Amino acid sequence: MSATTDLVPYDEAVDRYDPVLGIEVHVELGTVSKMFDGAPTEFGAPPNSQVTPVSLGLPGVLPSLNGKAVESAIRIGLALNCQIAELCRFARKNYFYPDIPKNFQTSQYDEPIAYDGWVEIELEDGTPVRIEIERAHMEEDAGKNTHVGGQAGRIHGAEYSLVDYNRAGIPLVEIVTKPITGTGARAPEVAAAYVRYLRDLFRALDVSEARMERGNVRADVNVSLRPSPDSPLGTRTETKNVNSFRSVERAVRYEVSRQAAVLDSGATVTQETRHWHEDTGITTPGRIKSDAEDYRYFPEPDLVPVAPSREWVAELHGTLPEVPAVRRKRLQGEWGFADAEMRDVVNAGAVDLIEATVAAGATPAAARKWWMGELARTAKTDGTDLEQLPITPEQIAELQGLVDSGRLNDKLARQVLAGVLAGEGSPEQVVAARGLEVVSDDGALVAAVDEALAAQPDIADKIRSGNLGPVGAIIGAVMKATRGQADAARVREIVLERVGQG
Amino acid sequence: MSTISRDEVARLAGLARIDLTDAELTRLAGELDVIVESVARVQEVATDDVPATSHPIPLTNVFRADVAEEPLTVEQALSGAPDAEDGRFSVPQILGEEA
Repeated sequence: MSATTDLVPYDEAVDRYDPVLGIEVHVELGTVSKMFDGAPTEFGAPPNSQVTPVSLGLPGVLPSLNGKAVESAIRIGLALNCQIAELCRFARKNYFYPDIPKNFQTSQYDEPIAYDGWVEIELEDGTPVRIEIERAHMEEDAGKNTHVGGQAGRIHGAEYSLVDYNRAGIPLVEIVTKPITGTGARAPEVAAAYVRYLRDLFRALDVSEARMERGNVRADVNVSLRPSPDSPLGTRTETKNVNSFRSVERAVRYEVSRQAAVLDSGATVTQETRHWHEDTGITTPGRIKSDAEDYRYFPEPDLVPVAPSREWVAELHGTLPEVPAVRRKRLQGEWGFADAEMRDVVNAGAVDLIEATVAAGATPAAARKWWMGELARTAKTDGTDLEQLPITPEQIAELQGLVDSGRLNDKLARQVLAGVLAGEGSPEQVVAARGLEVVSDDGALVAAVDEALAAQPDIADKIRSGNLGPVGAIIGAVMKATRGQADAARVREIVLERVGQG
Repeated sequence: MSTISRDEVARLAGLARIDLTDAELTRLAGELDVIVESVARVQEVATDDVPATSHPIPLTNVFRADVAEEPLTVEQALSGAPDAEDGRFSVPQILGEEA
């Protein structure tokens, strides 16, 4: 590995070369059990506590296919406008690595469950880009290696490795694009937008939690350069396991700059796997890519073929949700949000929450105010996501209803919200338990006003003589006496009535 | 006529992590040759209208319900491991072939 790598500034690189992308996205399906056995799939469990003899590849075990995983794979294929195979098989991909306990990965080879699809994604400025899908196939995830000794976690110089097989056997669907051409300088943006599109799609299909930070969605990014769009495809590199949208964008930029420098120097790009380094924003070479035959693929003899009936496929087609990008556009129109507002809502992951809040009776503006205001601040402070907050859209709609009916003012509503978040029950229950209702009983308010006037006779006199300046002091005293539960405007009216200025 | 060379056997042995002596390489090249030739004869009669068979039993769509079972305990999982640390299998250092 050379210490420094020559780079051509990105703009110059795409001026001289035409980048071509190929993206492989792995998504972990959100099934409760693994692909080929009943081991649970809980995230974050202690190492090797989610394994069965099948997960460990112990001698004599047999796989048993998770029907839900097949269903999810078909739904993903349909959502990508793919053909669904009439009959397909699993195959063994043989290689030796400690995270693969059987010494082969059960995958699909020449008979993927879904093939020949396309999606139309949209860049941030609204430019549509059509991405052709080569195939989507089913396979199982590998375990997790931790390298011990040597440089922190890096394989080079490690003394030994520790393996956790909790992830081994979790169902995956791998989606492979055809070469993506014609992006020009926007290749990094296209790559990131495509991965984001898929992430949103997996969530809309409810086939995966699709949490990038947990590695539920992982992208391998192939990049090659050619002198012009008419030239044959250049030699590609594959940067593995790029796990955020921003990293996808950066990894493509980096590879374009690096490969341009290699080609400028008259050398050729080496076909290889490269590793992405999040901290430094560079890629470094991994192994030289094996020929497919090195994996010695052959049909998995322990699993019978999958032959989805056309009736089943049609039935699953009927369960497909609206395409996320289309849905977003529709909702933005219905809600009347500006582009920037909608973008913030999308980025905050608040689309579903606002939709549910509106469905529960709140106005779009009120729903947005709560989720993007007080609740977004709470989520940020707690370091969590909006959807993880212990409050439901129905509760927000109920809270807003209390404000709209005049039973709560904004300040009280925030206290009620805090009560709901603290697990004290529904907004109504918090109002009752904490006694937080706006005091609208005039009798109680008149008494409080009289008391405040009597306690501050100087101020009462000033107001009586027509100087309305100090009215605020009396209102403040009443608000304090009612613990903020009075309607300030009504208090002002009563003060003026009581001193004869009303 | 030999179609499988000793070099090919050596390469396959490397991929399969099988340590073979020179004598074994020669012997296996001959034996594999017989197998490959036999398969080639089958291929002569297997025309496009005969679908490839991967399973002798004509079954498809054998699915399991997505239900989680009781997993092994960590102790059970590691009980056959030559070495373990922090609940994980300990394996020798992996050199130059990150998957």
